[in-house]
Amino acid sequence: MDARIGIRNTKSMLFKGLIIFLAFLITLPLIVVLLYIIKQGVTQVNWHFLTHVPTPVGEPGGGIANALVGSLLMVGMASVVSIPVGILTGIYLSENPHTKLAYWSGLCVDVLQGVPSIVIGIVVYLWIVKPLGSFSAIAGSCALAIMMLPIVIRSTEQTLRLLPPSLKEAALSLGVPYHRVIIKVIVPCGFAGILSGIMLSVARIIGETAPLLFTALGNSYLSYAVTKPMESLPHVIYTYATSPYDDWHNLAWGASFILLMFVLILNITTKLITRKWNIQL
Amino acid sequence: MEHTVVSASKFNAWFGDNHVVKDVSIGIEKNQVIAVMGPSGCGKTTFLRCINRMHELIPGATAKGSLKLYDDEVYNMNPIYVRYKIGMVFQRPNPFPNLSIYDNVVAGYKLNGLKMAKADLDNIVEKSLTSAALWKEVKDSLHKKGTFLSGGQQQRLCIARAIAMEPEVILFDEPTSALDPISTSSVEQLFHELKENYTLIIVTHNMQQAARVSDKTAFFYLGELVEFDNTKQMFTAPSDIRTQNYITGRFS
Repeated sequence: MDARIGIRNTKSMLFKGLIIFLAFLITLPLIVVLLYIIKQGVTQVNWHFLTHVPTPVGEPGGGIANALVGSLLMVGMASVVSIPVGILTGIYLSENPHTKLAYWSGLCVDVLQGVPSIVIGIVVYLWIVKPLGSFSAIAGSCALAIMMLPIVIRSTEQTLRLLPPSLKEAALSLGVPYHRVIIKVIVPCGFAGILSGIMLSVARIIGETAPLLFTALGNSYLSYAVTKPMESLPHVIYTYATSPYDDWHNLAWGASFILLMFVLILNITTKLITRKWNIQL
Repeated sequence: MEHTVVSASKFNAWFGDNHVVKDVSIGIEKNQVIAVMGPSGCGKTTFLRCINRMHELIPGATAKGSLKLYDDEVYNMNPIYVRYKIGMVFQRPNPFPNLSIYDNVVAGYKLNGLKMAKADLDNIVEKSLTSAALWKEVKDSLHKKGTFLSGGQQQRLCIARAIAMEPEVILFDEPTSALDPISTSSVEQLFHELKENYTLIIVTHNMQQAARVSDKTAFFYLGELVEFDNTKQMFTAPSDIRTQNYITGRFS
């Protein structure tokens, strides 16, 4: 009997060891990539780098101001469209899960989430870039908005679905009309979850290159014109990293570092928000 | 008859094709505690939820027949108005987790967007919490979240929230089934005090509780109102054999 228990204990220990090892293994690539990008990129970054546009080959200095502005502008425009539409759709899906409309729109959301980003880029190219006759920041943010939408919808829906139905009943039993129940009770109670979904979706699209290739294209000058081509962080990395010049490689590393910091900060903020504002039910 | 607050006649309710409340006729008088008991699935909770029109919120739920608050047909009134007049306390304490204790009490005003002076709100909060026997315990932590309280305190907070709206009737759906015995007895104690000002209708699974707290008891069985009488009468000499069987524990 004792021997059998001993064997079982050993098996348990082995299993535990295995999962700890694998968990550690999974963090390793992340840490290596992180350290490498920081090592290559951090030396490039200074105030000049953030506030100047790239210089022609051979000229020292230059920065990524155009890409920084472009990324923030396009992600901002995409968010303005996607966040309200996404939250409202998410509310509909969580409130009416058994309707036909919810079934079909839920399916569309899933499919949309699975569409490769380059395909979204091509579609936006055909729909917006071709009719308008020019690559533009608007087309870029449209592509990003489409990428962002399913993430916001699903995270809102899942957050709200976890809220107990008793919460809604409590509000309704006080004679609160339905729309106010949603605005004043349901959404505030799911606020942390909805917000973290938004942050994660921003973190996701800020690094998207493919949808921007045929939409916003890129621009070596600082531009605020939304109907003109615009540079973005991932695109600047793409063009400069594939160039044959060392100066440009360094620029790409710097841009990678900035992009990485964006994503890291967004993710960490999300964690903090969910911890701090999460409502104990 | 002018003392009758809630009355039903030939009232029926369904979930889809499932006929859960059958031809119920009842008259509930002012300032009384009415216990509604019966085995699980007998339609007592459904009947209760019809009184403040919460039943219809479930998809496929319908109701027919006459159900009156004083002289007005509940089903001709605006459900929002009905719910102002008829408060409800649920099985599980459900304070709003995003609101403070203070805001929970006046949630009926705040969530409806009714603008009121701070002094009036303060007044309502103190009065309601005092009536719910919670004031002494929470008066120094009114701005903490309601979910910090214990289960029994949360349930009394929910009662305070219902009282704050100054309803005519308060419905209780198994209000103590999620509470420990001490919290249960404090809530039961409260029923005696609340009936001075309100009419209470309490659905309960617990026969001892029905016997302890109510003036009159209604016994539901398979969707029918089998018997409705003074609690003492009901527990000592029930007139229907089904009531007797239930009370003596032959079925549950």
